[in-house]
Amino acid sequence: MRKTNMKSMRLFFAAVMVLSVPALVSAQQMESHIGKHTGHADAGKQLYYRYCWGCHGFRGDGNGENWLPTGSFLEPYLNIQPRNFAAGTFKCRSTPTGTLPTDQDLNNSITRGFVMSAMPSWITLTDQNRADLVAFIKTFSPRWKSEKAGEPISVPAEPKLTADSIKHGQELFQKLECWKCHGPEGRGDGPSASTLTDSNDQPIRPYNFAVGSRFKCGVSNQDLYKIFMTGVDGTPMPSFADVVKPDEAWDLVHFLRTLQVTHKSPELTLWESTKEGAEQVASRRVGGTPTGSGIR
Amino acid sequence: MYERWPHTVKKRIAWAASTFGLGILLLAIVLTDTRSVNAAPLPIAGVRALPAFARKYGMPCSSCHEVWPKLSPFGQSFKDNGYQMMNDRDAPIFQQPAYWPVTFRITPIWHRESTNKIAVDNPAGPVGNQLEAQVTTHGFDWTGLDFHTAGTLAKNISFYVLPSSDNTGAFHFESVWARFDNLLGSSWLNVKVGKFELDNLLSEKRILTLSTNGGLYQNYHFQPIGENTGIFRFGLGDNQDGVEVMGHSKDDRTRYSVSLLSSNDGQPGLPSSRGYNTFVTASRAFQAGSFGVQRVGAFGYFGQAPTYFQYNQTAVTVVGQDINGNNVTSTATNPVLGTGVGNKGFYRVGFIGMWYVKKLDVTTMYFHGWDNAFLGTGTAANTALPAGAQAPTWNGGLFETHYTLNPQLILINRYELIRMSRQPLASNPGNLSNIDSLVFGYRYYPFISSRAGFAFHNEYALVRQRGSAPLTGTDLTSSSLLIGFDFAF
Repeated sequence: MRKTNMKSMRLFFAAVMVLSVPALVSAQQMESHIGKHTGHADAGKQLYYRYCWGCHGFRGDGNGENWLPTGSFLEPYLNIQPRNFAAGTFKCRSTPTGTLPTDQDLNNSITRGFVMSAMPSWITLTDQNRADLVAFIKTFSPRWKSEKAGEPISVPAEPKLTADSIKHGQELFQKLECWKCHGPEGRGDGPSASTLTDSNDQPIRPYNFAVGSRFKCGVSNQDLYKIFMTGVDGTPMPSFADVVKPDEAWDLVHFLRTLQVTHKSPELTLWESTKEGAEQVASRRVGGTPTGSGIR
Repeated sequence: MYERWPHTVKKRIAWAASTFGLGILLLAIVLTDTRSVNAAPLPIAGVRALPAFARKYGMPCSSCHEVWPKLSPFGQSFKDNGYQMMNDRDAPIFQQPAYWPVTFRITPIWHRESTNKIAVDNPAGPVGNQLEAQVTTHGFDWTGLDFHTAGTLAKNISFYVLPSSDNTGAFHFESVWARFDNLLGSSWLNVKVGKFELDNLLSEKRILTLSTNGGLYQNYHFQPIGENTGIFRFGLGDNQDGVEVMGHSKDDRTRYSVSLLSSNDGQPGLPSSRGYNTFVTASRAFQAGSFGVQRVGAFGYFGQAPTYFQYNQTAVTVVGQDINGNNVTSTATNPVLGTGVGNKGFYRVGFIGMWYVKKLDVTTMYFHGWDNAFLGTGTAANTALPAGAQAPTWNGGLFETHYTLNPQLILINRYELIRMSRQPLASNPGNLSNIDSLVFGYRYYPFISSRAGFAFHNEYALVRQRGSAPLTGTDLTSSSLLIGFDFAF
């Protein structure tokens, strides 16, 4: 009996070793495909341990030496915990909520950086460097071995901008209760804002439209459309793909642009040309404040 | 934490390099001449590598530096953006109130300096009789101390103040400037005013070698023998006073700068003249397949410098009394600072290429210099030129290679040459002032973090200048061996 057990154990360990070899090999052979560039994890590893580990950690779990959770003895260096690549959950995607992002999505995030966070733009790296980094990032989570990236959502052509579109977007902003988190003026100060946490149980603040022109996941109207149609996974921001029709989504985009009162956009210009819009924008603008703090 | 990175082979290489360096050191100690003289002062590096930025942004040194202080493309972009990450969290309002943007850097060292021909008194001869002797010294020492303080005063307003001392503790300001960044919302328009390093593609302030003979670029400071450096002193590597307009593309691949500078070589108090100089530079980087980002650029410095002072002051000072009780006086004539006149022109131009082949990078530079004949012969413009005087010209070259095994270890090699193409006096030997300089070494960083920097540094430098021996006019050769701990916090 004992001899049989030993034999079984040996067979078991041999099987584990044989089966784990392809897994290890595949981790190192992970690739990404971005345009004409094919990224290789081996090359990306060198770059990761030069540029990224301080925040994202040696294991890609977001526990780099700069991250200390809120409430710890030392104040956190980073106001938002760096992405946990091991969890395989990504905020900025072109794919439906819950699915893996495309290689291009990850590349866009690295290239663009994340406004109002410690993640800068890495546009100075070469296209090949970024492709290699994407390939290596994908080795941290087992999801990339068992799942394929989601299919990017289709973004219909943007309809003509009208005051009615903005007004309808404003109604949707109320109806969908966006204001509960983002606040009635889009300043990220809604009644629920202080209670929000992300998937790491860390407090998270809703996006403040009143500051700047960039969003967490892009700068264009198409990017904004994708943000609320795909959701921002790992945060309380859900996907509205099932409750908002495409033309309604564009109305919402047009209205949200008018909340960016420090950014001169066509939407803001048009909205200010109406009596109702002018009153709203004037009330949202904070005048007479000292300048120079870095926040407009 | 960084030690967890598995790189056994690289550690072995690092160990072998360290052992090699220590071997050189021991050999030098054994072979060294024990006669002692005052060593030439170490160059005041004023080098930039700021853990204060690493602490502010929580990023390891290796993000902004290929190895510190040498910038990576990302670090260059950060600098060009006005020490901003451009993620709308750069203003001080986003920092903890306790954050203080200060870094200090110093390097305790052991070094050996040797010069083959120094004028010394002849021990066997009468007073005043001199001969040339080789002089060598060595021992433990330290470099100057830099206090870097830099960052943003507000969004798109950045600053840099660098009080720097020599190794006696005598401080001066190496850099003092403020900069308006991204004017009109464009990265192509940034304006800086103050004392700053010229926008040299090959930054001497980020030089990877530290020794007396190797801690500078010879081409950047060269002036032919015969010039009056008391009134005309210029170095492209010296920080200058002025205003700089600089711009760059979003990805920092294309860069330009134009500077208007006071003709005082960065000295405070406008000591020499009221002239102005101009420095222009432009560069373009491009991606060469899997090799990496290559960069080529050109620069030109067009200046004028005074040849004499318009006014002098004669000061009579009492230095004692004779046996009759009468005052004994000393008379000295000094120029009135700032009254330099008789300006004459000079220029320096060059082309630079930075070539990357994965972990190997090579910097090449062609350099050309021209000085007016009055400057070249040290002649006041209100007097006649000596017979045979002509405008000196010269050509220079630099070939510097780095092999960056990983962010923790870099091997360095540099060769520079300067060749006179026209002597300031036609009667001079054709090779007078020519320079050959060779430096090699390595830097090993035992850890990399976002809090502080530390490097184990070892280098050897050799410089030969033709016809420069003080008495015989033969070749002068100097060498430096340096080993030290270079750290910043």
